[in-house]
Amino acid sequence: MPLATLAGHDVHVDDEGFMTEYDEWTEDVARTLAANIGIELTDAHWKAINFMREDFKANGASPTIRRMTNAAGIPTKELFDLFPKKPAKKMAYIAGVPKPAGCV
Amino acid sequence: MTITRESTTVVPDFGDEAATDRKIAFICSKGNLDMAYPALIMANGALGEGIETHIFFTFWGMDLINKKTVDHLKFTFLGNTAMHPGRGPFSMPQGFGGLPGMTAMATKMLKDKIAALDVPEIPEFMTLLHAMGAKFWACKMSVDMMELEDSDMLDEVDGVLNVTEFIELSEGAQVIFV
Repeated sequence: MPLATLAGHDVHVDDEGFMTEYDEWTEDVARTLAANIGIELTDAHWKAINFMREDFKANGASPTIRRMTNAAGIPTKELFDLFPKKPAKKMAYIAGVPKPAGCV
Repeated sequence: MTITRESTTVVPDFGDEAATDRKIAFICSKGNLDMAYPALIMANGALGEGIETHIFFTFWGMDLINKKTVDHLKFTFLGNTAMHPGRGPFSMPQGFGGLPGMTAMATKMLKDKIAALDVPEIPEFMTLLHAMGAKFWACKMSVDMMELEDSDMLDEVDGVLNVTEFIELSEGAQVIFV
């Protein structure tokens, strides 16, 4: 399993570059991950990222786009604006949680 | 487990650089509850991958965009020999399917199963897909045949297309008929 250095921290990542250890995540790591894919984190991004982390911790699964809209109250269109094209995967990447596993 | 240190950080390829022109067009032709889901679930997956997605509703598929029917799709096991509760293999005799209340019961059972998977009911699913960027098209011939007005159809419907227009629109798309 590869080890990457992000924002001065050693973090475990999978072959694609997704973090594998929830507790190795920090806000600085998130900023670096976001920068890697061309996203500068605003308050609106943080709301989504923080919900994703809390929801994963509470339920053991990464929330889907539908759940982000219904439970976090972030409109679906806004998610596509904040994290263009592939919001679920990009949010998971920055939040340091696995890609959502469900089909919907 | 071996630990390898990457000399450069691995960044997932989200395909942002590639100017993909991949697009998918689904044709929804059925209005049964069980046959409404396949295209919507696949469309959801495609949209989540940033793929341009169109859904063309025709014949009984119109029931998904008709305000009067979208919340009343039903599931019956009449004529469906594959219908069995749970893992199977035992199914109910087909004749039972015709008894009063059986379709309502089968519909409720299926809805419960789908809800347990946290998959939305059809009306919510339609709203979600359109918010994700799907384009909804109504079939001109079906609109005429069912004598529907624009106001009869969901607000999310982007337009009414005749078949030539749909063929033009789906040029270069992967077309999936359901």
